[in-house]
Amino acid sequence: MVTPLIELRDVSVGYRHRPVFTHLSLSIDEGRFAGIVGPTGSGKTTLLNTVLGTVRPHAGEVLIGGRPLGRSRPGEVGYVPQLETVDWSFPVTVEQVILMGLYVNRRRLPWPSREERRRVAQIAEELGISTCLSHHIRNISGGQQQRAFLARALINHPRLLVLDEPTSGVDIKTQHDVLHLLHQLNRQGITILLTTHDLNAVAAHLPWVICFNQGVIAEGPPREVFTPEVLSRTYGGELAVFDHQGHLLIAHATTGS
Amino acid sequence: MLDTLLEPFAFEFFRNGLWAALMVGALCGMIGVFIVLRGMSYIGHGLSHAAFGGAVLGYTLNVNFYLGAVIVAFVAALLIHQLSKDGKIKSDAAIGIVTTAIFALGVALISRVRQFTQSFEAALFGNILGVTTTDLWVIAAVLTVAAVGLLLFYRPLLFSTFDRDAAAVFGIPTERLQMGFSLVLALAIIASMNIVGVTMIAAALIIPASTARLLSDSFSAMLIISTLLGALLGVSGLYASYHFDAASGATIVLFGAAAFLVALIYTRIRERLTMHEHLHYHGDVAHAHPHTHDGEHAHTHDGPLTPAKGRTGGTTALADAKYEKLP
Ligand SMILES: Nc1ncnc2c1ncn2[C@@H]1O[C@H](COP(=O)(O)OP(=O)(O)OP(=O)(O)O)[C@@H](O)[C@H]1O
Ligand SMILES: [Mg+2]
Repeated sequence: MVTPLIELRDVSVGYRHRPVFTHLSLSIDEGRFAGIVGPTGSGKTTLLNTVLGTVRPHAGEVLIGGRPLGRSRPGEVGYVPQLETVDWSFPVTVEQVILMGLYVNRRRLPWPSREERRRVAQIAEELGISTCLSHHIRNISGGQQQRAFLARALINHPRLLVLDEPTSGVDIKTQHDVLHLLHQLNRQGITILLTTHDLNAVAAHLPWVICFNQGVIAEGPPREVFTPEVLSRTYGGELAVFDHQGHLLIAHATTGS
Repeated sequence: MLDTLLEPFAFEFFRNGLWAALMVGALCGMIGVFIVLRGMSYIGHGLSHAAFGGAVLGYTLNVNFYLGAVIVAFVAALLIHQLSKDGKIKSDAAIGIVTTAIFALGVALISRVRQFTQSFEAALFGNILGVTTTDLWVIAAVLTVAAVGLLLFYRPLLFSTFDRDAAAVFGIPTERLQMGFSLVLALAIIASMNIVGVTMIAAALIIPASTARLLSDSFSAMLIISTLLGALLGVSGLYASYHFDAASGATIVLFGAAAFLVALIYTRIRERLTMHEHLHYHGDVAHAHPHTHDGEHAHTHDGPLTPAKGRTGGTTALADAKYEKLP
């Protein structure tokens, strides 16, 4: 039986008494690879932060693996921030960024132990970024940057991986590579929750989509969820859905006419 | 000649001042790294003014000078943090409002009770020649607290300075860490106040760290360079101020500015000399931009150097070339 890994029960979240969403109930099964889509300001990042525990709900309950937030094993939830929010001029190398993932282990000494270095080398190898471990984070490609932060999240063997807009700020090829990599991770049993603005990437790559606008509008496989009706309720405007040789394509209705 | 050079060492006030400048320089250099990397350079300027206001307030209320200054500076730091947290008030504005208000309170109090104007002049402009043994012990204690704190909390500090939100997700107590850092910063400012002066502390905090950033791309190296440079600037600045007969705080800051300038020129020249531009590869990524071949941008020059899509190397080729898969 599949059990929900993430469970939000009647959760209300807001900043300074301005609610972002209220009475939200949502559960995400273990093993899902789910994408949250919705317009800017609809609360996608806020939803992720609620799951991560960095935003505290006014009301309701958030359970991860059946336990209240904050009681989970350190590193059980992996997080990859939006690349645009990273301070690229900060003086750290790829290796040091990955090492930060191990800071959950509360070792006091500043320098890494031999075991820690071994684990960093191993995860870097798995993600194909061994060659740039000693590079400054500014001096690697967008795809490698994405993988460096992915490695930091994966080094603790998380059950859940949360990514905020992994498809933005990188070109279409890197976007494809990243989603492909996430697929592999998902097949190894990691539950993945991400946000994105790219409906076509969701349609092409993701098995599960959640249309979100201050609440869940609809969820399910993209083929079932992406209907003009649901999309118009999520985004307000008119969006057209095409079937192009078995691939789902979403476009502005105006561009279609 | 040698006699002239060694002359100041004969005076105890000078030796005390030298120790103070050494420790304060190192302390400010060390702490400054976190301030510069967080983009909060203005905080030193602000908190030192708040501390001055606190000192005057403490004096007026008959509380210990140090105690009043530390408490007020710490409270100011917390206030700034709270005010700027939700993003509507930016941190530079929060610093400006909170600390200037407290400074103004100090100035107002001084102007009412004119008789102690003189003793606070030292705090404003620094009077290293009046350093007492008690001052030295206070500075040494603060330096020890800061160094031990840094050693024990190096990892969480590094992570939360780099990316506070992500650090929180990884279980690092970022709020408590921020409070601890604010407290140490307040202590450091009070320890430095009589040496470099309220008006110069900001520079003592920022210059060594910024210079170190120019010279290094590694966090740990930056910390070490900044600490050593701070100490060196403190000692040499103070020594020079004796011979030039100039204010010690100002001389230390001028030496720092000169060091920064030298580092800037050095890095620019080094870049010019070693930088060139052509299409090159990192693994399967090919791109072209001006770069040097040291350390992190190392690549070999063998292999095909034919630019993608028939373009010659140059930054304009970047967009086209970057993701060309190579044979
Ligand atoms: N730290 C914050 N303080 C106050 N308000 C916030 C904060 N973060 C977000 N908001 C507000 O909450 C609402 C939801 O924002 P959120 O960032 O969750 O949207 P989003 O769907 O992720 O948008 P985008 O697609 O642009 O990333 C917005 O109205 C935003 O202005
Ligand atoms: Mg967002």
